[in-house]
Amino acid sequence: MAATIYLNVAVSGVLTGLVYGLMALGLSVIFGVVRVVNFAHGEMMTIAMYLAIVLFAGFGLDPLVMLVPIAGVLFALGYVMQAGLINPFINRPEHSQFILLVAVALIIVNVLLIVFGPDARNVQTSYSYDSFLVGPLIVDATKVYAAAASLLVAGALFVFFRFAPVGKAIRACADNYTGALVVGLDVKRLYALTFGVGAACVGAAGVMLVLLFDVTPALGPALTLLAFIIVITGGLGSMPGALIGGVLIGLTEAMAGLLFTPSAKSMFSFGLLVLVLLFRPQGILGKRLSW
Amino acid sequence: MTRKSPMTSTLRVVTRRTFAAGASAAGLLAGTAPFGILRAQSGPLKVGVLLPRSGAQAGIGQDCQRGVELAPAIFKELGLPELAIMNADTETNVEVARARAEKLISDGAQLLVGAFDSGQTTAIAQVAEQKGVPLVINIAAAPPITEQGYKFVFRNFPTAPMILSDAFANQKELFESTGVAPKSVVFMHVNDTYGTSMQQGISGVMPKFNMPYKIVEQIAYDPTARDLSVEVAKAKATGAEALLMVSRLNDAILITRELVKQRWTPQAVLSMGPGWYEDQYLKTLAKLSDGPMSFVPWYDPNKKLSKVLEAALAKAYPDINLNTNHIFTFEALLVAADAYKRARSTDPKALADAIRTTNITDNVSIGPGIQFDAKGQNDKLKNAAIQNRGGKLVTVAPKAASNAKPELPMSAYDRRG
Repeated sequence: MAATIYLNVAVSGVLTGLVYGLMALGLSVIFGVVRVVNFAHGEMMTIAMYLAIVLFAGFGLDPLVMLVPIAGVLFALGYVMQAGLINPFINRPEHSQFILLVAVALIIVNVLLIVFGPDARNVQTSYSYDSFLVGPLIVDATKVYAAAASLLVAGALFVFFRFAPVGKAIRACADNYTGALVVGLDVKRLYALTFGVGAACVGAAGVMLVLLFDVTPALGPALTLLAFIIVITGGLGSMPGALIGGVLIGLTEAMAGLLFTPSAKSMFSFGLLVLVLLFRPQGILGKRLSW
Repeated sequence: MTRKSPMTSTLRVVTRRTFAAGASAAGLLAGTAPFGILRAQSGPLKVGVLLPRSGAQAGIGQDCQRGVELAPAIFKELGLPELAIMNADTETNVEVARARAEKLISDGAQLLVGAFDSGQTTAIAQVAEQKGVPLVINIAAAPPITEQGYKFVFRNFPTAPMILSDAFANQKELFESTGVAPKSVVFMHVNDTYGTSMQQGISGVMPKFNMPYKIVEQIAYDPTARDLSVEVAKAKATGAEALLMVSRLNDAILITRELVKQRWTPQAVLSMGPGWYEDQYLKTLAKLSDGPMSFVPWYDPNKKLSKVLEAALAKAYPDINLNTNHIFTFEALLVAADAYKRARSTDPKALADAIRTTNITDNVSIGPGIQFDAKGQNDKLKNAAIQNRGGKLVTVAPKAASNAKPELPMSAYDRRG
């Protein structure tokens, strides 16, 4: 097999992995600050995907153009969910939070089923079938656009958390809940903002993924599981870790498909997860927790 | 002299002991009635139709449903008895299929039809046999289903080896008529029950046909995969001239997209399963859907009932081509209605006996008609080769049932505008 095939597949895996990374970033941000594991993560992403499809089918609006508005809608959804639904559960046992978010996930899947039916849907943009020829490499244009947008959104998020006053306040809540309360921060509102920001990441990732995948209501749980694999591999709560985890999983699945058998791609990503849990339980960039 | 009134006499006879005995006997009778009493034909036969109406195979399951919808009006014209359809969704899941079959039977289904997919059908067949309720399979090709010695399971659909034999014969006919024959192919297949059956069957069947090509690589993949770029890249890297496919619908669409993106137009896409001829495939990909050939169980366009079914579909769904899903789901119900008419009973055993002696010559699929062998398999079915052309499906082989000439090689994807 020529060397170019390895390079082609590796590039494809990295590009897909970057979008995966952005999806997982939302989960990581929410857990890192609010300490709630969002079991409706993939399902929220399918909402964004369907929004992109509806806007494209109804008004011919390109998903990449609609990235910011859809992320905004998901931000609002996340904010309302946290403020109205999850905040009352913050101090309750973890299993209560788990059940709550699984229930939300089930409701989302079934509402989407009722509204859109079970058929796979997608968007066919003018560049859906484009590819770039870079020397011997053939690179999928939609993957390049999606990965570039992922990097932009992730960059914006890093800037927000490092330099924006609200971002710093959110980090303060994540570092020391009691301390944040003592200095007078409105922690509940900041939690809602954080969940909104995480949901906005999911929305942006969903808009990009709809360029790569067909969407069905049943896709949500699979994406939730994928996001978990990525954040656990990268380090739960670590933003760079989520991106690195996404790229690693994307690359692992692609190379495993090429070198072994494509039908066992997922086996290798789970294998990587097991290795990380065995030898670096906190994840690649995660902080070691004292239990 | 005193006279006993009849009432007094009766009361004296019915003691607590006799009442208890009578009640027990009545209970015993009620409990055993379903197994022993022949139920005369009165009202429609309750037919449970199990299809994957949601999940990965939803598109195909809903397409099969169209065959169900067309049946009542045609059956009425044919003088066949009415069927009461009880719909169930297998959710493209084997365990759900099993549970739904059990539920249908407990809800009163007297005959089952389904379920498009071999894995799901295998589970339903076990339930049908266990409960003694006839199952007429619409679509499922895994050979073991009719190799278990089941008495209540009937299949009017070819097995994987039958599909393969006809596919290779039809391919040779096409290669000879066009003068174009690939020398190497990559065999890509889904790794579900059907795909695996076909993969296992190929090694046994292909050598008998002295095909002009050799299989240079086999690539198995998950039918629910979201991204098949690696699979297509791997296939392209082999330098093979054509693709030999066993796929489903969503993956067929994904593979075509990847072929375009990776700038590879094989000489031919030779599919031996669903996906490439489906209406959703044609509509989603438009011009890019042209070219692939499917070697599948099909309809004989020259048969009278085919024309009736085609016209009924055109009236109900003007933009949809008649295909395997409609044909064999319709025929499964035809078998049920015909058996009910002859059995004159809803008794499962009587129905099964009637199905066993089915001899329908006025049918739709290619071949002499519908009969079942001792295993419950219609072994007389013949397949066709069809090609996608301009959003339509044309039959290109066998010559006796064809309505168009084959076009090989496929036109390049990047020159289709």
